[in-house]
Amino acid sequence: MNDCIAAISTPKGEGGIAIIRISGHDSPEIVQKIFESRSGKRIIDFRSHSLNLGYIKDAEGLIVDEVLVSRMDEPRSYTGENVVEINCHGGAIATRKCLELVLQAGARLAEPGEFTKRAFLNGRLDMVQAEAVIEIIRARSEKALELSARNLGGALSKTLKAVEEELIIINSRLEGSIDFPEEVGDPDWTEIEEHLQVVENRLKSLAASSRRARVYRDGVKVVIAGKPNVGKSSLLNVLAHKEKAIVTEIPGTTRDVIEDLINIRGIPVRIMDTAGIRKTEDSIEKIGVERTRDALIEAEIVIFVLDASTGLSNDDLEIMQEIEDKRKIIVVNKEDIKNRLLNGDEVRARFPGVVMVEVSALEETGIDDLEAALEEIIIGQSGRSETGQEIMTNVRQEYAINAALEHVQDAIRGVKNRMAIDGIAVDTWGAVSWIEELTGKAIREDVMERIFADFCIGK
Amino acid sequence: MNYYQAGDYEVIVVGAGHAGCEAALAAARMGCSTLLVTLSMDNIALMPCNPSIGGPAKAQLVREIDALGGEMALNIDEANIQMRMLNTGKGAAVRALRAQADKREYQEVMTATLLRQNNLEVVQAEVEGIETRNGAVSGVFTRTGARFGTRTLIITTGTYLKSRIIIGDLYYEGAPNGQFPARRLSDSLKDLGLVLGRFKTGTPPRVDGRSLDYSKMIEQPGDKRVLKFSFMSPRVLKPQISCWLTHSNQTTHNIVRDNLHRSPLYSGIIKGIGPRHCPSFEDKVVRFSNKDSHQVFLEPEGRRVNEFYVQGMNTSLPEDVQADILHSIAGMEKVRIIRTGYAIEYDYVIPTQLKLSLECKTVKGLFTAGQINGTSGYEEAAAQGLIAGINAALLVKGQEPFVIRRSEGYIGVLIDDLVTKGIDEPYRLLTSSAEYRLVLRQDNADLRLTETGYRLGLVSEARYSKLQKKLDAMHSLMGTLHDTTISADNQTINRMLKESGSRELRDSTSLWQLLRRPEVSLEDILNSGQLEAAYDEEVLEQVEIACKYEGYIKKQNEQIKRFEALEDKRLSLDLDYESVHGLSSEGRYKLMRVKPSSVGQASRISGVSPADINVLLIHLEKMRRQKSEDDDQ
Ligand SMILES: Cc1cc2nc3c(=O)[nH]c(=O)nc-3n(C[C@H](O)[C@H](O)[C@H](O)COP(=O)(O)OP(=O)(O)OC[C@H]3O[C@@H](n4cnc5c(N)ncnc54)[C@H](O)[C@@H]3O)c2cc1C
Ligand SMILES: Nc1nc2c(ncn2[C@@H]2O[C@H](COP(=O)(O)OP(=O)(O)OP(=O)(O)O)[C@@H](O)[C@H]2O)c(=O)[nH]1
Ligand SMILES: [Mg+2]
Repeated sequence: MNDCIAAISTPKGEGGIAIIRISGHDSPEIVQKIFESRSGKRIIDFRSHSLNLGYIKDAEGLIVDEVLVSRMDEPRSYTGENVVEINCHGGAIATRKCLELVLQAGARLAEPGEFTKRAFLNGRLDMVQAEAVIEIIRARSEKALELSARNLGGALSKTLKAVEEELIIINSRLEGSIDFPEEVGDPDWTEIEEHLQVVENRLKSLAASSRRARVYRDGVKVVIAGKPNVGKSSLLNVLAHKEKAIVTEIPGTTRDVIEDLINIRGIPVRIMDTAGIRKTEDSIEKIGVERTRDALIEAEIVIFVLDASTGLSNDDLEIMQEIEDKRKIIVVNKEDIKNRLLNGDEVRARFPGVVMVEVSALEETGIDDLEAALEEIIIGQSGRSETGQEIMTNVRQEYAINAALEHVQDAIRGVKNRMAIDGIAVDTWGAVSWIEELTGKAIREDVMERIFADFCIGK
Repeated sequence: MNYYQAGDYEVIVVGAGHAGCEAALAAARMGCSTLLVTLSMDNIALMPCNPSIGGPAKAQLVREIDALGGEMALNIDEANIQMRMLNTGKGAAVRALRAQADKREYQEVMTATLLRQNNLEVVQAEVEGIETRNGAVSGVFTRTGARFGTRTLIITTGTYLKSRIIIGDLYYEGAPNGQFPARRLSDSLKDLGLVLGRFKTGTPPRVDGRSLDYSKMIEQPGDKRVLKFSFMSPRVLKPQISCWLTHSNQTTHNIVRDNLHRSPLYSGIIKGIGPRHCPSFEDKVVRFSNKDSHQVFLEPEGRRVNEFYVQGMNTSLPEDVQADILHSIAGMEKVRIIRTGYAIEYDYVIPTQLKLSLECKTVKGLFTAGQINGTSGYEEAAAQGLIAGINAALLVKGQEPFVIRRSEGYIGVLIDDLVTKGIDEPYRLLTSSAEYRLVLRQDNADLRLTETGYRLGLVSEARYSKLQKKLDAMHSLMGTLHDTTISADNQTINRMLKESGSRELRDSTSLWQLLRRPEVSLEDILNSGQLEAAYDEEVLEQVEIACKYEGYIKKQNEQIKRFEALEDKRLSLDLDYESVHGLSSEGRYKLMRVKPSSVGQASRISGVSPADINVLLIHLEKMRRQKSEDDDQ
């Protein structure tokens, strides 16, 4: 029986619909782990080939995307196996996040041409098509090779080379001690842990870097929110360098989500101005506020605007509660006015640990600080990579990097808990196998080489 | 020469080394009329090098041989003078038993076993030619004029093919222990189209125990508890004899350096490739010039002989230099050499010419096993011998070959490495070569293989029913551990937990959960009186490992599942890779050379890419459909 494979099966593009396809006997169970249908039905209870609305949720139960899910039963599916398709609506980032969740739930990433291959092997394609499949496999694998060769010439390959070196040392120490106990003796665990830590750090920064690279490629969703009249629309206009949203002194001016694609220090940002949140009887405004809340759910980052001319109100505190779990920046707007009722220190004391910037959307002061803060929060504490050069990775590489990292962290835990070598080695070799997958180079032999080079073996 | 007809057999084995003995016993036990031909009846199961069996990876092999009904484990349990468990602190998967052997006794016990075996005849003779008809083996010729007829032939001639002994600048045709080499058989193999290579190995001098000063050496005693290789051997502790440890020093190393020009390794006399895992002492001194000293172990060669093997001193320097070297070492100032150390060069068969059954791809009925396939080590030889013996018998019976997978045993790893990857130095099995080491432990070899051995007809009823009892006991104990709940206020358990440095209970829990804590041993639980029935030590060991390693074993079993899917996809030997559209040119070339028997095996050939594997899978499916269409018509 085949394992479950998954991949994004529509070309990646801005907006639009992307389909994640999962094939394999257990695919309904796997997707079920991260999916909740609107109707409350389980995936196995759907009619085969029907579309069903629901949500993909992450481990904390947060909604990642609103999706349509369909199940195609074997053998009446493209691959001839049980297939589940997830139609994602949330754009590239959400799709990617969904795919990651599918992989975490137990599927593995499909190889080039693998769906088609399975389709053929399960009798869903005819002999003529089989030839075409071979061409696809060849072409895609060559393309992949070419891509990785290009990538391997650069920063990624340098880091992986270093990781590989470390893993060779670690495994040669462990294996030497196992296979040649009399010549090599017990491993020096402090040394092993140090090497593991080096690998962990390298892989962590690789993972961070590919996360960052992803941001540069796919962009982030930032939502401006706050009470009415605090200057949200004004802020959008300043950041977008154009009069995108209507600004008036009347609270409740903005009624809908206004979206623009802007560029903050090289990062593509999908920025959204929203209706000010307040309790209201106005039915149009009510819908607007609802839309604000929807936008907030999808936001990766929230710019929460306060008004220096009014001081903190209960409404502000309630909104703050709503966005408690979000990554956010507090902007105190209208710093230009004379009689401020709210100053920075007060906000800082009130919301410790949250980044705060004081600006004036009117006079365009503090905007540089805001952009800096945005960049910081998007890219993370680690900031830009040291070389200033980002390491570009694809989903597959990112997956392998994280899988290797997980093994290394398990190994470190094993060393700390004084687990036996044979168990720890499962993880050190596990890390090796993922790195091998990335570089396409087998290093078991290098480990042996290293043992014979470093230790005097022999009777 | 005119050969006389000396008899017909179903299986003939050439060579009574460690491979030959297992091969002959297995074939005979599986009911085939078997002949074992060997150069010297006095050198059956000879250990030409170190007097020990087992150690990492090798111990696993010995246990697997035993689980399948082979002889090596029983033999060494009978003929040992010391047993030690190595790697005790490193985890169940890499724990390894090692025995010091009484070499003579080892040979005697094995010889007796051979001569007692039904269906088996042993003859002293040199085989010099192989007879074939239509590409299949039909018989062998001996130097003294006999022709024996057979359909299956297992060649296990070790280091004897065109072997040459080298000591310093002296070299001559010769074989271990002052024997003569097999001069003609290599050519007969070449005539059959097989490609041979040349390897080299070496052995240290042996010394007189009376000339050693033990006061300057460190004693290395055996373990005090009863240890044994075979699941069937009785529990008896043989009187243990110690080994001794001393060290080389700067003076020793200077002597080596001053005489390097007299070493055949550096003068160019030796052309064969030697093993990295077993370098000569001169090699160690040159390559590790910064090391001030190297370990030297003195290992007794037997209970009744006062002769010692000088482990660590494997050398082919001239005899006088060997003496100077030894004399410079603490405890050996006055040592007398009994046998001079030497290097030996020999022909071997490039093993990628074999199937996983160890049958040659090109000559039907011809098997090779042991050092002739480029391996080194008694255990590696014995394991191959067993598999070749089994497969020769299966061929006689017209049954499918028997192959152990990499996920099923170290034997599988060993043979797959040889046959699929090929080798460029004498091959020694290491635990690091086994991807699924955690489930291929020496302690569970019987659980993995005895059932199979029974079905092959190699395993006795007694062994089989012992296994069944063990399985039953394991399951019952595991069931009990899962089902027995301990309440949080259980005084005895909490006291036990405290003593073993573990946290006291907060909630009620099962004994199984309790056992998962690293600090808690099954013994602790038994001692705390929670279980009634008494269990055998082996059962306790299995259950404890199953519990402690549960997580890791699960990880490993998942890897195995993925691995096996491709192993199940069989490839035919006569698949025409030229006609498979879409293969890369390197992949195609390698596939044509190795002719793998499954897609899994193909995937391990270097140069065969994942895309090639996919192309193969599609090709297989196309073939299948064509076939079923043809069948329909
Ligand atoms: C000098 C030396 C050093 C070694 N050092 C090491 C070491 O350090 N570590 C290690 O692991 N292993 C070492 N070995 C290898 C180990 O001894 C062998 O791997 C093992 O014995 C091989 O077993 P075998 O059954 O394949 O062959 P062998 O034990 O060599 O047996 C071959 C048998 O075939 C018989 N024979 C050969 N030709 C013919 C013929 N034409 N007709 C009839 N009978 C024939 C011989 O009489 C012999 O009985 C060494 C071997 C030698 C000789
Ligand atoms: N003095 C001062 N006034 C500002 C500033 N930013 C915005 N305003 C004024 O505040 C009023 C509201 O501005 P908007 O940008 O429409 O506010 P909003 O938050 O979008 O309001 P709603 O859409 O109603 O929720 C307008 O009169 C702006 O001119 C500022 O930095 N300083
Ligand atoms: Mg507005």
